[in-house]
Amino acid sequence: MGDIAKLVGQRLGLGLVILLVISVIIFFMVELLPGDIAQAVLGQGATEENLAALRKEMGLDQPAVVRYLAWLKDAVTFDFGSSIVTKEPVISIIGQRFKDTLFLAAYAAVIAVPVSIVLGVIVALLRNSIFDRTANVVTLSFISSPEFFLGYILILFFAVKWGMFPAIASLSEGMSLWDKLERTFLPALTLVLVVMAHMMRMTRAAIINLLASPYIEMARLKGAPPWKVIVKHALPNAWAPIINVVALNLAYLITGVVLVEVVYVYPGIGQALVDAVSKRDFPVVQACCLIFAATFILLNLAADVGAILTNPRLRHPK
Amino acid sequence: MTNSTDKVLMDRLAEAARTGSISRRSFMNYAMAAGMTSTAATGLWTTSAKAAPTRGGTFRLGAHDGNTSDTHDPGTYVTFSMIQLVRTFRSFLTLIEPDGSLGPDVASEWSASPDAKEWTFKINDRATFHSGNKVTAADVIASMNHHRGDDTTSAAKALLADVEDIVDNGDNSVTVKLGSGNADLPWLMTDYHLPICPANDDGTLNWQSGDGCGPYKLTNTEFGVSYSLVRHDDWHLEGAYFDAIELIVLNDPNARQTALVTGDVDAITQLELKTLALLQRDPNIEIDNVPSAAAITMPMLCDTAPFDNVDVRNALKLSVNRDELIEKIAFGAATMGNDFHHSPAMPYWPDDIEQTPYDPDQAKSLLAKAGAEGLTVNLSVADSVYSGAVDMCVLYAEHAKAAGITINVNREPNDGYYSDVWLKKPWCAVQWGARPTPDVMYSLAYKDDAAWNESRWQNERFNELLLQAKAELDDTKRAEMYREMAILAKDDGGTVIPFFPNFVYARRKNVQHGPDLAASWQMDGARACSRWWFEG
Repeated sequence: MGDIAKLVGQRLGLGLVILLVISVIIFFMVELLPGDIAQAVLGQGATEENLAALRKEMGLDQPAVVRYLAWLKDAVTFDFGSSIVTKEPVISIIGQRFKDTLFLAAYAAVIAVPVSIVLGVIVALLRNSIFDRTANVVTLSFISSPEFFLGYILILFFAVKWGMFPAIASLSEGMSLWDKLERTFLPALTLVLVVMAHMMRMTRAAIINLLASPYIEMARLKGAPPWKVIVKHALPNAWAPIINVVALNLAYLITGVVLVEVVYVYPGIGQALVDAVSKRDFPVVQACCLIFAATFILLNLAADVGAILTNPRLRHPK
Repeated sequence: MTNSTDKVLMDRLAEAARTGSISRRSFMNYAMAAGMTSTAATGLWTTSAKAAPTRGGTFRLGAHDGNTSDTHDPGTYVTFSMIQLVRTFRSFLTLIEPDGSLGPDVASEWSASPDAKEWTFKINDRATFHSGNKVTAADVIASMNHHRGDDTTSAAKALLADVEDIVDNGDNSVTVKLGSGNADLPWLMTDYHLPICPANDDGTLNWQSGDGCGPYKLTNTEFGVSYSLVRHDDWHLEGAYFDAIELIVLNDPNARQTALVTGDVDAITQLELKTLALLQRDPNIEIDNVPSAAAITMPMLCDTAPFDNVDVRNALKLSVNRDELIEKIAFGAATMGNDFHHSPAMPYWPDDIEQTPYDPDQAKSLLAKAGAEGLTVNLSVADSVYSGAVDMCVLYAEHAKAAGITINVNREPNDGYYSDVWLKKPWCAVQWGARPTPDVMYSLAYKDDAAWNESRWQNERFNELLLQAKAELDDTKRAEMYREMAILAKDDGGTVIPFFPNFVYARRKNVQHGPDLAASWQMDGARACSRWWFEG
C-alpha cells in the first residue's frame, strides 16, 4: 500500500500548486471585468464622490497585486477573509450554501450512480435489443437537452399539471429530512437525468469491450449463464473506466448546478458565485472557485486510487 | 349586462357597496334595475361587501432582483427585493398613498417656511422601533446624516446635497434647513434610501442591527434568499393585515410565475410581459397592470455632433412609431411618452400637450433644413436595460429608415453598462425608476449642472423655471411652470422617451387590495405587505 500513499501525497502536493495557479487566474480575471465593486454596489446611484469614498472604505485604492498578496497571506492559514460588500466572513456566507449543494449532489448521486450502473449492466446484457436502443435514445436525449429546459419540463408536469412536487425548492430552517427530500426531488431528478447517460453508456461500453476477451470466451464455454459472465467476469475488469466517469459526474453534480439552482430557486453555492461575480466580490468568488477546483482535484484523485485498487496491474506500470 | 355602460354601473355599485355608501336594499334595487338577476346581485353584494380588510394569514411574496451581497445599509440599497423589504420592516418620514398623494408616516405633520427653505417635521408620538424604543429626533437626524458629509458612501448623497443642517427642536420635531427653497422636500423623504433607523450614542446610524419602525419585524434574514417577518403590534399606522410575511427572492421569471401558478407563493413581482396573455387565462390569478412613472429614455448628447443640432434631435423624435413599440415590445403594458420626462403617474402632469407623431416626411424635411439628409447614427443598448430593449432599438431603426435615417444598433455588454456607456456614448437607451415628482426627475437628469444630465442639454429658460418651480408652494403656478418645461423639453431637449413602462405584477385570487394601487413602485408602491389582505 506504500505506493498508493506516495501517489496520494504527490497528487495532493500537485493539487495545491494547481489551486495556487487557479487563485491567481481568478483574481486577475475578476480584475479584468469592466467596472469595479464600488460601481456594482452603487449601480445607477454612483457619483464620483461616493464611489471614491466607497473604494477607500473597501480598500480598493490599493494596487491589485498588493490586494492579492494580502488575500494569499491569510488564505494559507485557511482564513478566506470577508466579503468586500457585506463585510461578512466568507465562511459564513458560503458555509450553509455549500452544505446545501452537497446535500443536493448527494441526493442525486445516491439515485443516479446505482441506477445507471445497473442499467448499464442490463443494456450490455441485452445489447442491440429494443430495450438497449430505447434506453440509449432516452438517456441521450436527456443529456442533450440543456438542464434548464429539462427543469422546466419537469416543473410543467410534476408541479403545474400533476401537483405532485413543489415547483420551488426553497429550504427553511427546521425542515425534517423527509420534507427536504420532497422539496428537492425535482432538482435532484433533473441532475440525475443529466448525468445518467454518461455513466450508463460508459458501463455498457466497458463491459462490451471485454466480451471479446479470451477469458470471457472461456467462461461462456464452460457454460456460465450470460448474466453471470457479465457480473462476475466482465464487470470486475471494467471498474476502472466506470469509476473515472462516476467521479467526473460527481464533480459535475457539485460544480455544474448553477442553472438547476436558478430554475428551482435552490440556495446553493452556484447562485452565491454568480451573485459574487456580478458584484466583483473577489473573496467570495475566489472561495467558491477554489472549492470547485478542489472538488475536481480530490475526485480525480479518488478515481485514480479507486482504479488502481480494483486493478492491481495498474500498480506496476511497465 | 352586455354593454359597457352596464359594466360601469355595476362597478360603481360594487364600489359603493364596498365603501358602505349604499344599503343592501338599494343595492339590490339598482342592480336588478340594471338587468341583473337577484342571485347574481346577491353574489355581487357579498363579494363587494366582503372586500373590507380582514386580518390574518401568512403572505408569501415572491420578489425579483435579490442578491446574496445585499445588506441592511440604506445608503447602498439597489435591488428591488431590498426596496420591497425596507418598505415592510422600516418606516420613512412620509409615504406615497395608493391614490398617489403624499401621506404621513413617521412624520405626522410637516410645514414649510414661506420660501420653502426650512421644513419642520413633527414626529408621530406612537412611532416605535421593534426593539421597543420610541423614535426620537436624534434617530431621524442620524438617519438623514448617514447620507450626508464628505465620506458618505450613500447613493442618496445627491438627493440631500442641498440640505445644510438638520436640527432637533426639542419638542419631538426636526427642522431641515436647505440652501435653496425646495417645495418637494417632503416627497423626497419617501425615497427608499431614507428609512428611519435607530441612532447610536455618537450620532452615527445603527443600520446593522436590522431594527426598524415599520409594520413588520424581521425574524429571519437570509440576503438574496428569503426573509421572514411578523407583525409589529406597535406600528403607528393603519394596516398590516397579515400576521406574518415570507419574502422569497425568485430571480428567474419562470420560477416566479410557476410558483404563483402552483400556489407556492401568494403574489409575485414583475411578470414576463411575453407570457402575460397566457397567465391571464388562469382563473386563480389576478394581474395588476399599473401605469407608472418609470421611463425608458434615449438621451442624445446635445454637445456632440450631429445631436448638437436641434433639428436633428427633433427629426429623430419624429422617426419612431411609439404605438408599435408599445404594442410589440411592451405588449401593451406602457403609457406613451412624449419626450418630456414627466409621466401621467406623477403630480402636475400637463394633459394638453400635443403628442409627437410618427412622421417620417416631416423628419426628412427637418434633416434637409439641418443639411443632414441620409443621417447615420449609432444607438447603444444592452439587454439589461429593459426586457426587449435591443429589439426595441432595432424596431426604432426600421421606423427611422422611412425618414432616410440609418440607426446602427450597438449591443453593449450588461456588465458596466451604466459606468461605460451611459453618459459617455453619444446616444444610448436607459431605464429610469419612478421618481415621485417632476422636480426630482428634472433636477436629477435634466438640470444644466446635474452630474447625471444624461443628454448634456442646456436650456436657460428650462433651468430658470426649474429653480422657480422648486421653491413655489402654490400648486397652480407650479403646474403651469411644469407645463412650460415639458414643452421646452419636448421641442428642444435631447431625450427621446418612447414610453413609460407599466408595473405589472400578479397575485392569487384570494389576495385583495384597495381600489387604488400606488404607482411609485411595483406591488402598490412596494407596500403590498402592509396594505393588502387575504379574503376572509
